[in-house]
This record gives sequence, C-alpha cells and structure tokens, in this order.
Amino acid sequence: MSRTLISQAQLRRGRGKYLYWTLLAVVVAGFTLVFLGPLYWMVTGALKSGQEIAQTPPTLWPQDPQTQNYVDAWNNLDLAKLMFNTFYYAAGAVFFQLVFDTAAAYALSKLRPAFGNVILGLMLATLMIPAMVLIVPQYVTAIDLPIIHVNLLDSPWAIWLPLIANAFNIFLLKRFFDSIPEDLIAAAQVDGASPLRTLWSIILPMSRPILGVVSIFAVTAVWKDFLWPKLVMPSPETRTLSVGIYAFSGGTPQNVVIAASVIAAVPTVIIFLLFQRNIMSGLTTGSLKG
Amino acid sequence: MAIMTAPAVTTKPTPAPTVSKRGRKLRDNLTGHAFLIGAVVCFALFMWYPMIRGVVMSFQRTRRGETTWVGWDNYTRIIADPSFWVAWKNTFIFTIMALVVGYVLPFFVAILLNEFRHAKGYLRILVYLPVMLPPASALFLFKYYAYDPSDAGLFNAILKFLHLPTSEWMQSPTMTIPAMVIASTWMNMGSAVLIYLASLQNIPGELYEAAELDGAGIWRRIWSVTIPQTRLILALLAMLQIVATMQLFIEPLILANGAGTQDSATSVAYLIYQHGFFQNDLNGAAALGVIMLIVLAAFSAVYVRLTTKQD
Repeated sequence: MSRTLISQAQLRRGRGKYLYWTLLAVVVAGFTLVFLGPLYWMVTGALKSGQEIAQTPPTLWPQDPQTQNYVDAWNNLDLAKLMFNTFYYAAGAVFFQLVFDTAAAYALSKLRPAFGNVILGLMLATLMIPAMVLIVPQYVTAIDLPIIHVNLLDSPWAIWLPLIANAFNIFLLKRFFDSIPEDLIAAAQVDGASPLRTLWSIILPMSRPILGVVSIFAVTAVWKDFLWPKLVMPSPETRTLSVGIYAFSGGTPQNVVIAASVIAAVPTVIIFLLFQRNIMSGLTTGSLKG
Repeated sequence: MAIMTAPAVTTKPTPAPTVSKRGRKLRDNLTGHAFLIGAVVCFALFMWYPMIRGVVMSFQRTRRGETTWVGWDNYTRIIADPSFWVAWKNTFIFTIMALVVGYVLPFFVAILLNEFRHAKGYLRILVYLPVMLPPASALFLFKYYAYDPSDAGLFNAILKFLHLPTSEWMQSPTMTIPAMVIASTWMNMGSAVLIYLASLQNIPGELYEAAELDGAGIWRRIWSVTIPQTRLILALLAMLQIVATMQLFIEPLILANGAGTQDSATSVAYLIYQHGFFQNDLNGAAALGVIMLIVLAAFSAVYVRLTTKQD
C-alpha cells in the first residue's frame, strides 16, 4: 500500500491513532445508517400492518411481523410472471450482446476491415447522445421497422436489439482484445485457423473476465431500465418487474408496493454480492485509462 | 496505385500475382464486415437512423396517418407552452443542485475512504449497493417511507427526534427538487465514489510526501496534489453527470406523480414523455428532444473549451 494523503506513521502515533479509529468508527456507523438503514426500513416496513406503518413515532422493529404484504405482492401483482419476463429479457440481452458485440469488437480490433475506424467512430459518437433525445424516434422505429415494416411492440426483440447497439461494451471489449498479442493470432492463422476459429479458441478463452463484466452489466441494465420497457412492453403479460410494480402502484396499498419493490431488488442485490469484485473492477477499468 | 505495387517489389519471392492478392484483401474485408454486420445493423436501426429521424420528425406533423412538413411550427408550439419554461427552470435547478451535492460529496467520500486501512471492502460495498437497486424500487421507498409528509415518515421522524422542523417533502413545492436531489444522489453516488477511488490510488505517494515536507497541511495537499492529479477524471465525471442529471425523468414520475405540486417537478424529459405518449404529439416531443440535444451540445462545447484552456 503506497502512501496516501496522510502518512501511515502519523496515523499510528498517539493523537493520530486516536483520531483515525474515532473517524473510522463514525464513518462505518454513518455509512451503515445511510446506505443500509433505508433498506432495513424497507424490508421491515413491508412486514408491518397498515396501522403500524402510520403510527407516530414509527416503530423500529415490527411489533407483529406479518408476511401478508409479501404474499399479497407476489399474488396480486403476479410477480412470478413479471420476474420471469425480466429474467428472460436479461438472459437474451446477455446472449445477444455477447455474440454481436464481441464479434464487432473482434472485427474492429483484429480483422480491421476497410472503414473500420469510421464505423467505430460512428459507434462511439452515440455515447454523446442523451438517451432521452432518442426515445421518441426510437419508439417510432420500433413500432414500424424501416424496410421490413415489422412492429416490435410486446416482442422481446424490442429490448434485445437496441441493447446490442452498446458502444460502451464494444469499446470495452475492443480495448481488451487490443491487448492480446498479435503473434498469437498470426500463429493461429499459420496453422490454418479461420477468423471465427481464432475468436472462439484463442480470443474468447483469454477474455473471460471482460465477458463476465459485460454479462453482469447487461443483466443489471435490463433489470434497472424503466422507460424503454414501459413504452415497448405495453401489455400486462410482457411487462418487466419495475414497470409492473409502477403500473400497479396506483391501486395497491403502500406496504404491498414496498414489499413488491423489495422482491424486485433481491436478484440485483444477490448478483452484486456474488460478483462485486468483477462489477467494481469493470466499472473502474471502463472509465479510467480511456 | 503506386502504394499498392511498392511492397510487391520489396517483398521476397511471393509468387502470388497481384490480382489474387487483391482478391484476398477483398475476402478479408468481407470477413471483417461479416463479423461487424449484426452490431452495425442494430446501431443503424436504433441509434443512427433515429438520430436523423428525430430531426426530420421535428419539422413534420402527423395527423390521422398523414404526414406534412410544417416548418418550425412544432418548435413555436412547444416554446409557447408555459410548461416548457417551467420544465427548463426545474431541470436547471435540479442539475445545479445535483452537481453541488452529487459531485462534490463523492469526491470527499472517496478521499476519506482512501485513507482508511480497515473496513475498506465493507464501506465500498455499502456505497455501491444503492446503485444496484432498480430505481423504481428505491424511489417507492423514498416516496412512501422517507418522504411521508406525516410524522410517521422516516425523515420527519428523524427531524422530530432532533427537534428540527418537519417538512411536507413532495407536497411542498419548495422541497420537491431538493427531495429529488437527495434520492437521486443516494441512488447514484456509488459509481462516482468508486471511479474516484480508483483514480486516487494512481496518485504517486511521493507527491504527498514532498508536499508535506514543504509544510502543506491536509487541505493544501488536497488542493495542490489530489485535485490536479485527478483533474481529467474530475472533468470527465462532471460532464457525464450533467448530461445524466439533465435527463431527469424517473424521479419526477414516481416521487411526484409526474408534474408534482404546482408543477414543481416537471422536467424537460418528463415533458417529452407527456407530449409523445399522452398528448399524441410525437412531433412536438421530437422537437423538444432536438432542443435538449442542442442545449447539451452547446453546454459541452463551452465546457470542453473551459477545461482545455487551463492546460
């Protein structure tokens, strides 16, 4: 560990040591309250009855914990169906992003066809365009695809196809592929391996960490997205979790909505706790060095 | 042509004639484009074409299936709408407040976390946890529990416990935007903290050492070492954050049921949504989108100008 703002020696001696441990204790307690506290409030609040939640001052622990709100949320909002939809869209997003974005990044990094740099530039330019600016023309395109005139509403392709157009992923993958030595590729070519074979047997096995990062980001992106799925999945059978909960929130008791929100958040929280190392490294490698 | 033939002279006895060489080059290009085609089609359909189409749509009007060119009509109609100015005012206030809080706070949190030798992993997980929650879930938590205007609400209970005046939160027009800033900062600051942390770890320790020998205190060291050393990331994140916060949408939609008390929450993005999907005015929404793009582009140009000048 190299030296930071305050020298280690200073933190180990007398007053410095005392200050360090006090500050650490305050920060650990404060962060737990600020970031974990609301989640605790959410999970236990949904265990309270309607009267108890309206009580002043609020109770720290539910006096008569009941799982009824969670059961109601699961049954009345048809959360099983919503969760299946969201999983299905997320799985497809991972698959199609891995196939098409790795293929594109491989072409741009190693095959380098004519106009490759122009295409890369045009792709990266889309990172500058705010999503809200495109939402209306994207919607109009999705309800009537140019040339083939297909309506994508309520079809999973409406979620999968736009997600393939992810310049950040292609950039991330391309930079990773750029770091794979050219000699390896040349050796494979001498052995008569086709470009596809080279990608499959040499590049992809070496790229597992970055493929993991792209997959996790794909899942969380689908899970967190709201406006686009709300627009392109209008019928109750095809909704995602977030959109479904929002659609029901008007006519549902508050505690049941919160219970549903807790259930909707469980999968991403589990993914985070399992893959936090990959997520955090992916986040920082993507933004630094660039 | 000269370029094409030149290597053929220098390369040793490659018996292949130039025609087949060109053929191979063509084949290589085709293979390359075959790998690209899937992504390129998706970019064309959902990025490049909509970009152009958005601009075209903003000069058209579609009524009962018939599309006509109407010049600047959509723009004049949108600008004449009083909520246009309210939406821009709210969006600017939100962006500035979210920048002051959501940009400065993560930087100091990262500096603090970087000094700790213990509980690092735990603190990092805590800060990033809200980023992983679906925004709709987190916002219902804020709406129903934290911003409950009665004394049973979490924030009001805390304020009351501290003998401070309670607030009506989303029901008070003056508190609407600050409440959205709090929720949005809580949900999003984790990624900024982690990015800052990574860039702080790249600062050479000798710089702090030297500054300390010169008698620089902690604040002076932050000002003259930490900030200049992380300047690029600081500038980049400021830009990204402004673009993101200008698109304020889900916070007003869920927390304030859209427009909020006395239009206090209406944002430009929400207005786009309203026009496009409730008032049957996709063309007006497209015009609003173009205006938003121009404002952000102008802003970015000024920003890049200012930040590169310091070099």
